[in-house]
Amino acid sequence: MSKIIEGLFYSESHEYVRVEGDFGYVGITDHAQHELGNVVYVDMPEVDDEVVAGEEFGAVESTKAASDLFSPVSGTVVEVNEALEDEPGLINKDAFENWIMKVELSDKGELDNLMDANGYKAMIGE
Amino acid sequence: MADEIKITCLHDKHVALGALMSPFAGYDMPIQYNGIEIEHNAVRKNVGVFDVSHMGEVRITGPEAEKFVNYIFTNDIAGAEIGKVFYGMMLYPDGGTVDDLLVYKMGENDFFLVINAANIDKDVAWINEQAANFDVKVDHQSEYYSQLAVQGPEAEKTMGAVLNLDCTDLTFYTHKEVEYDGETIIVSRTGYTGEDGFEVYASAPVIMKMWDLLIAAGVQPCGLGCRDTLRFEAGLPLYGDELTPEISPIMATLGMFCKLDKEGGFIGRDACAQQKAEGSAKKLVGLELKDKAIPRHGYEVLDGENVVGYVTTGYRSISCEKSLAFALVDRAVGALGNELSIRIRKKVFPATVVKKRFYQPNYKK
Repeated sequence: MSKIIEGLFYSESHEYVRVEGDFGYVGITDHAQHELGNVVYVDMPEVDDEVVAGEEFGAVESTKAASDLFSPVSGTVVEVNEALEDEPGLINKDAFENWIMKVELSDKGELDNLMDANGYKAMIGE
Repeated sequence: MADEIKITCLHDKHVALGALMSPFAGYDMPIQYNGIEIEHNAVRKNVGVFDVSHMGEVRITGPEAEKFVNYIFTNDIAGAEIGKVFYGMMLYPDGGTVDDLLVYKMGENDFFLVINAANIDKDVAWINEQAANFDVKVDHQSEYYSQLAVQGPEAEKTMGAVLNLDCTDLTFYTHKEVEYDGETIIVSRTGYTGEDGFEVYASAPVIMKMWDLLIAAGVQPCGLGCRDTLRFEAGLPLYGDELTPEISPIMATLGMFCKLDKEGGFIGRDACAQQKAEGSAKKLVGLELKDKAIPRHGYEVLDGENVVGYVTTGYRSISCEKSLAFALVDRAVGALGNELSIRIRKKVFPATVVKKRFYQPNYKK
């Protein structure tokens, strides 16, 4: 059974956002990393990129396949998790600790479109 | 029901081992059991076993069997010793590839053809069509035969110790028939991994028994996921990616398996000769990226701003620890050392043309 953390916001495409003030840390869920298998590459956006809720912002790749990442929120990328460049497998170790990008949120109202922990739990059937 | 998914005799055993199952070539096949990397490394460093029962088998016999097989097959089997195995292709007259296959010489005018699962119906129809003018019998035996591949540096030892099959007398690309549990089975020193190894063709009950013995002995079960990463690193083509009705073996740089000068020629011979003489417009090359981004099938290959081809297979190579690809590109840009680039989603990454054999195979010749 995969780990789900209370207090985060979840998307149907298995990304999460942890909100701290005006910023959101975006990554993939533990369930998603488990489904993917060993992550061997993370295609991350660049600082200052604009991301849009529901639109692609990068990809996570296992040996077998690439999975597009969809941003759960809109805003400006202020930081990417550079540790993932050398060690993409960190996502498998702890997907919630190892976020992919930090976004300055342009519309916190968008968070209402996302699921809470219980909603996400129901969606993945756990 | 033509569209109903088929299963191999080992299907329940794969599920019981917790394999990730997925449809492949009309069969519900194991993609991985413990992870592609674990299974890949087991084959490179120790030994692994694959269920490849989805592969097709066709037996060709009759007074003109040798003449016929040599006519539909690019390699030259004329006068070969019994026990030899040949790799080659069947081609359309325009040089496009019907399939790549192994031909086992079982006896005088007696050949065993091993074909790709995805092509079974097409190949059997093609073979039967060509056979009309020859005095041969074409016997489609895919329903009877199941198949295991035991691959890796410890494969020979495993065949002897676990299956009681002494294979020390088999050299690379030879086979023998062995009596096993009251039936005649076929064992060859062949594979699709770039390592030493064996393939066994037998009835379902024998294959199920062998599988159980191998698993009980601790041999790593390996899925189609690592079968693809292993063959890719060793520079081996996969039908559908590197060979297609549009990609000839000359384009795929597999001309060494096309014996243009053999007696009687073969279907597609003239097209191959022309492509070889004039240089085919497209050519399969290896590409190496400095970056860690992963090229995948279908991604564009660029020379400056111009699209010059596409990736046929690509991986973050497990054994070479590099991002590597096969790509079909314009011949003009395919020289070794040439600098090209690959579009991966929104970005473009530099890639150098390199030899396709990324990993040096460890065959026991």
